Amino acid sequence: MSAVLKPGTYPGTDPRSGSVPKRSWRPWILAALWTPAVAFAIWALFFDNAKLFLLTTLNGITLAALYFVVAAGFTLVFGLMKNVNLAHGSLYLLGAYVGYFVGDRSGSWLLAVAAGFAAAAFVGLLLQVAIFRFMPGEDLRQTLVTIGISIIIADVFLWVFGAEVHQFDPPRWIFGSVPFPLVDRYPTYRLALLAIAVVLGVALWLFLQRTRVGMMIRAGVDDRAMLGASGVNVQLVFAITFAIGAGLAGFGGVVGATALSISPGEDTRYLLASLMVVIIGGMGSIPGAAVGALLIALAEQYGVAYAPTYGVVFQFAILVLALAFRPQGILGSAWTAGAKGRK
Amino acid sequence: MNTGAGAQAWGPMRSSPSVPGAPSQVSVPSPAGSALAHIRARHVIVLAALLIYPFVATPFFTFQIAAQSMLLGLIALSLMFLAGYGGMVSLSQMTIAGIAGYAVAIFGVSATPEGVVLGWPWWLAVPIAIVASMLVAALIGWLSVRTDGIYTIMITLAVGVALYYLALQNYSVLAGFQGFQKIAPPRLFGIDWRSPTPFYFLTLALALAGYWAVKYVARAPFGLALQGIRDNARRMEALGFDVTAHRVAAHALAGGLAAVGGVLLVWYNGLITPASIATNNLINILIIAVIGGMRHPIGPFLGALVFVLLQNFAIDLVNRERFNLVIGTGFLLIVLFSPDGLLGLWSRLRARLGSGAGKPSPVRRGGA
Repeated sequence: MSAVLKPGTYPGTDPRSGSVPKRSWRPWILAALWTPAVAFAIWALFFDNAKLFLLTTLNGITLAALYFVVAAGFTLVFGLMKNVNLAHGSLYLLGAYVGYFVGDRSGSWLLAVAAGFAAAAFVGLLLQVAIFRFMPGEDLRQTLVTIGISIIIADVFLWVFGAEVHQFDPPRWIFGSVPFPLVDRYPTYRLALLAIAVVLGVALWLFLQRTRVGMMIRAGVDDRAMLGASGVNVQLVFAITFAIGAGLAGFGGVVGATALSISPGEDTRYLLASLMVVIIGGMGSIPGAAVGALLIALAEQYGVAYAPTYGVVFQFAILVLALAFRPQGILGSAWTAGAKGRK
Repeated sequence: MNTGAGAQAWGPMRSSPSVPGAPSQVSVPSPAGSALAHIRARHVIVLAALLIYPFVATPFFTFQIAAQSMLLGLIALSLMFLAGYGGMVSLSQMTIAGIAGYAVAIFGVSATPEGVVLGWPWWLAVPIAIVASMLVAALIGWLSVRTDGIYTIMITLAVGVALYYLALQNYSVLAGFQGFQKIAPPRLFGIDWRSPTPFYFLTLALALAGYWAVKYVARAPFGLALQGIRDNARRMEALGFDVTAHRVAAHALAGGLAAVGGVLLVWYNGLITPASIATNNLINILIIAVIGGMRHPIGPFLGALVFVLLQNFAIDLVNRERFNLVIGTGFLLIVLFSPDGLLGLWSRLRARLGSGAGKPSPVRRGGA
């Protein structure tokens, strides 16, 4: 104890000793987490309403597909730019409204999806080129700017589109319902949504792993400065990433608006979902976003079905458990969790 | 000057930590006994003005403008303490205040169609509310300091929004959408503490106490260690300070300030509903703190005054519905052009006019 410190005032011990379980504990913790889940599944399947359980599970998985699409963009932007884009929910809403407008006018759902993606991607590009480029490395300031932008965008939408709920239908070929084992029939569109998310996830993975731009993005996630030093135009990579991430939010907006509906306040809901998904799954990780989306969406749907007024508590419990035992997220690498993880 | 990404978390909003002459950067601990020595003429003038104010202002200006500014300022002060001295930007301060409000409603006397009301006396309900809020704040702090830097903002926002949805959906205890009504401050000494002038003085006393507490803690060993952690956590850890414990304690302390503000807010409104802790209200606290400036504890009160004035009078300038557009644009402009808020503008203006001759401007961005 050095002379600067009052003895006993500041126990100079390792702050993490005892708070984080050692590696040998892991199987026990995993067992403790899985046992109640498995027990619940067995109870629901064999002693309760099996159809309700399966339907809830399907709802959860298809909702997870939507959350994944939205959160993948969030985590991509975050991983590269360390920018917590709190306007991500607004970009979702932007895509939804633009998609609604285009779909309403043209009558083509595919055109609406493309327009939603393009509009959000364009705004994302604009944000990066006009604002974030001028504050490199100032992650907090960038985050505050996104808060300001989200307030403005939300109010403009309220102004233009009003407070009423908008909804539009998917094209005929994925409208209606199809026979599905064990639950009789299930909405086609929700299954299509699942397929879209799987295709998108694989495409994103291939893009990041197999293409040159994807390689640059991954390199930028690991070490921005080194990427710039090796002759890559980092600003261009940032702009591309931001456009794709924002575009995914807009894309999610259109497919989500088709499955559910659009109304003011949805931005907060999807922002919360994205936040939870990436905190739980691991920040900057696409597979992590898939895992996080599954956990959050299943927790939400089981909550709605089995304990309506405490639904959000399940999501919250998962968030707390993830932060307590894996602050960097389930699939996050250690360094993404900031200074602590680096040691 | 800071090289680690974690240590840079608050860097952009703050100038270099050792600026001579900047009041917010007091780095020399002064004995508590000499507290009176810091009182300057401007303090006396401001205090006198605050004491006379309710006797010259209309009840509207006393209650809706001044008292509301001070209690919102108190909640924003808790964010300023966390962000300015601890480098942790928390978006859940309004949630903490809301928990205090809910606790006052549930343990104390209130009216609700559903939910639980215990009807205990105020001297039991209010301390319970404040202690409960501090415990929750410490818990949120413990969760958010598991990771650090920019993640704090994400985690606290997620926690805040999740608790909002809980309050909205839970009817059996929290009374759901309708919340609790008819919550009033106690009638003490035969005074109705909710009438404008007494409520103004109650709020003023607590706001001054909060202001003094933050100023005091900032110079106390704990506050100095906290500022050290803000500037370089790894170095402080190497010096033997328990970084996590300091950060969690800062969250708990800030939670206490927010809880007092929350109790005042629930008395001011007379009710508590989930809307009080909705996302836009969480962000309003951040807006208030950023507009005012987070370098000095007076900033949040200044920001709250501007915010409340805009809220009440912007409707005369623009359409009533477009308040969010005005405040959002103002916030964006402040963040883009004056990261130290109005305080930063003020000191820059003073430096420009040369009245602070000899004193270097506390705003020194870019060079750090």
